[in-house]
Order: sequence, then structure tokens, then C-alpha cells
Amino acid sequence: MDQIELIAMSAKIALVVVFLLQVVPIMVWVERRGSAWMQNRTGPNRVGPLGLLISLCDALKFFTKEDRTPGHVNKFYYTLAPIVAVAPSFITFAVIPFASSINIDGHVIQFQIANLNVGLLYILSVTSISVYGIIMAGWSSNNKYAMFGSLRSTAQMISYELSMGLSIVGIVMVFSSIELGQIATAQGATLLQLGPIAIPKWGVFVQPLGFLIFLTASFAETNRLPFDLPEGESEIVAGYHLEYGSMRMALFFMAEYINMTVASAFIATLYFGGWQLLPGMTFILNHLGLEGMGFEWARVAFELASFSLKMVFFLWFFVWVRWTIPRFRYDQLMDLGWKVMLPLALVNLFVTGFMIYSGVI
Amino acid sequence: MLVKRDLKPLAHIYLIEIIKGLAITMKNMLFARNVTIQYPEERRNYSERFRGMHYIKATNGVENCTACMLCPTVCPAECIHIEAGERPDKEKYPVKFEIDVLRCCFCGMCEEACPKDAIKLSTIYEMSQSKRTVFSKDYLLEQRGHK
Repeated sequence: MDQIELIAMSAKIALVVVFLLQVVPIMVWVERRGSAWMQNRTGPNRVGPLGLLISLCDALKFFTKEDRTPGHVNKFYYTLAPIVAVAPSFITFAVIPFASSINIDGHVIQFQIANLNVGLLYILSVTSISVYGIIMAGWSSNNKYAMFGSLRSTAQMISYELSMGLSIVGIVMVFSSIELGQIATAQGATLLQLGPIAIPKWGVFVQPLGFLIFLTASFAETNRLPFDLPEGESEIVAGYHLEYGSMRMALFFMAEYINMTVASAFIATLYFGGWQLLPGMTFILNHLGLEGMGFEWARVAFELASFSLKMVFFLWFFVWVRWTIPRFRYDQLMDLGWKVMLPLALVNLFVTGFMIYSGVI
Repeated sequence: MLVKRDLKPLAHIYLIEIIKGLAITMKNMLFARNVTIQYPEERRNYSERFRGMHYIKATNGVENCTACMLCPTVCPAECIHIEAGERPDKEKYPVKFEIDVLRCCFCGMCEEACPKDAIKLSTIYEMSQSKRTVFSKDYLLEQRGHK
């Protein structure tokens, strides 16, 4: 690895880590302001412009609180749990391509931290580690409500990971790759040409049912409403992080929001063309009058922008859905997971297989 | 308990209902007016008859009260304590006039009973104090707010 690649790699890692850390306070603000607007309130508007610094105050509060370990917990797992919860959320983003590659002095720099050829499997396996953090937190807290929360979380994750995995199989079949970079590249092809409008071969157009299943399952995987049973404030106090305080509690909080970010990025990559330019952006890019490296950098910037826009939309969608739908009852959740989503995912698989066999896709 | 609900044909799939719900929240977010007020800057306008903190009305710097004891008599919460004294130029006057605001139920019967228009209830509703303030005669004589 020579100098340019080293610099590029450090820059990419720094970009992703800073971005993921910054997403948390901003999403907290978006969540609070968004919910306020939806409920005809104003929300936090005192600290800083539009109340943007409220998250900073929250962080400061978390830092200055006493970090107390209750006497009745299992200390080792109690301390380990927040770390196990937050670490997978960070490392998942490593395989997500946020722009296509650029050629600098003969070095092809890919905008993806790790170009794994098993990217999809990597994401699925790493996200399933984060459930261990929740189980450890609930179990080590030695508290019945915390344990209920973590048990619910386990059941929920196992039930929904099945349909999530099956819905992804559809994507793998269509694009015949489990490398995220290749999947994103393959989505640039044209699916249908309707006069001047070309419908791209985005995952959502070839796998609409798969997309719905994946979206629902990712809500369940990130423990967001309507599937936030592990927390269930009105039923089990605060769920698995009941015995936590100060920065440890904040780590669980961060894990939730970073998981959301990763899920949004994942949805954008698999179903909305990843870094493929949004409609109209290609036209603007070609009419900027740039050439050579200038054009290349502009292209990368546009790709970054369109990837971010797709991701931001889904981040917003998470918030939007949270403040629209109430929590599912536990048996309804299981019914939906096993009796509706799993059969639908299987049907989707068969239909996709048939369509590929008959050469439609 | 299991309740059989008559849902519309497609309601079991949730999807259409969820999209309707999303539309409602978005409509509220974009077009609905806020129902809250920004408290320290904006105040809610209460009616002129609002019964808030008490005050004693004064004429030419002398309180109207003649310590006739009608208000402590009528007070259902027994929160008014008056000690009457005499003054050479005028009739009786209250040496001590204290209101135990914690006991007061703001019924306004003292105001109704007062023949001299002395004890009145203002529109002030912020009565929290940072120290142990006695709602004494001096305190009540100060004009805060209006009525």
C-alpha cells in the first residue's frame, strides 16, 4: 500500500466515523423537532439556532452524570454490553459503497472502506452481533423488566432476520452478486425505456415486494417503532437499558441511531441504486462543462450527494413512521413475522426465480 | 381478551392504512398550526375574572381594609389571618394581614364578602417563590398586575 492509497484510506475511515458520530446528535434533534411538528408543537428551540445545540447539551449532561454501577448486576457483562451494542453498528458501514471509484495517478480509489466480496453476508452477520449487546444488558442487569426487554428483542430479531435474509436472496438472484459494490454498479442498467424516461434497474423496481419485506424487517432489526418492544416504555419501564445511566445509556442510544443510519444506507444501496445518480443529476453533471479530473471529482461529489439524499430520506422515514404508528402487541408482532412476512418472502423468492428463468429480468 | 373487529377488506395488510397515517402526520407537520405557546415570551390570555394572587387595594397610600373580619369568616380554607388594631384618625385597621396561599383555594369569596373593596384577586397566576415569602400586608399591598 503506497502513500496515496494510505491517505485515501485514512480519509475514508475518518469521513465515515465522523459522519456516523455526527448523525447521532443530528438525528436526535430531527427526531425531537419532527415529532413536535407532527404533533402540532414546536419542540426544542431554545439552545442555539433552531434548537440545534440541544443534542450537545444532552451529550454534556450524559458526560457529567455519575457513572454508577448498581450493586446487583453482573459487573463484567454489565460493562461489556454497551460496547458490544455500539461496536457492530460502526463496523457495518465499512462495506457500504458511498460513491463509485476514482482514478488518481493510476490508483483506483474506491469509495468503500473494505471492498469485501462477501459484503452482504458480512452486514447480515455483523448486525446480528448487536443483539448480543442487548441480551447481555438485559441479562446482566438482574432485573425482570430488563430481562423481558432483552428476551423480546431476541425473539423479534430471530423472527425478522429470517424474512430479511430471504428478501435479500431475491436481490442476490437478480444481480448475481453478494458484493455491494457490484450490486450498486449493476443497478445503473436500464430496466425499461419509456420514450425519454429510462427506468433504472434499481432493486425497488425489480423487487417491490422484497423491498417492502426488507423495509419492515429493518424496522424490527433496529428496534424502532412500530417494533420497539425491547424498550416498550409503557409496559416494561425502559426495557434492556433500564439499569444503565450516564454515558453507558448514551452508548445504547447511539447504537440505535447508528443502526438506523446503517439500515438506511443498506436500503439505499440494495434497493435504490446506492450511489447511482438521481434522475436529472446526470443532465446537470454533463452540462457543467467540466473535463478531466474536474469532471471525475464532480461526478464523485454528485454520487456522494445522491447516496446521502437517499440515505437521509430513509433516516427521515424511520422518524416519520415512528411518530405515525403505535407499537405492535407482542403476539401481533410474532404473527406478522412468521405468518405474513416469511411466506411472502418465500413467494417473492419463487416469483423472482420464475422471472429469471423465463428471462423477464 | 380477543375482540373480533370488523376491518375493511384491505385493512389486514396494514400497508394502505399505514400510508394513510403517514399522510396524516405529514399534513399535520407541514400545514397545521402549532397549538402550543412559547411560555415566557407568550402568555395565555385569561379572562378578566380570573382569580389569581390576592392583593389589598389602597387609597392614597392607606389600605382600604378596616379589619372587619368578614373575609376570614367567609374563607372556606381558613387561610386569612388578620389582627386588628386601632388608629386615632380612622377606624380599625389590620395590624397584621397574612394569607396562607398554600391553603387558599382561590374561590374568591373573600373578594365578594369585602365591603370596602379591599381584598381583591388579581390575574397573576405565577406564585412560585425562590425564598420563603410571607404573603403579609406589605407584600399584598404592592400592586402586581391589574384587575
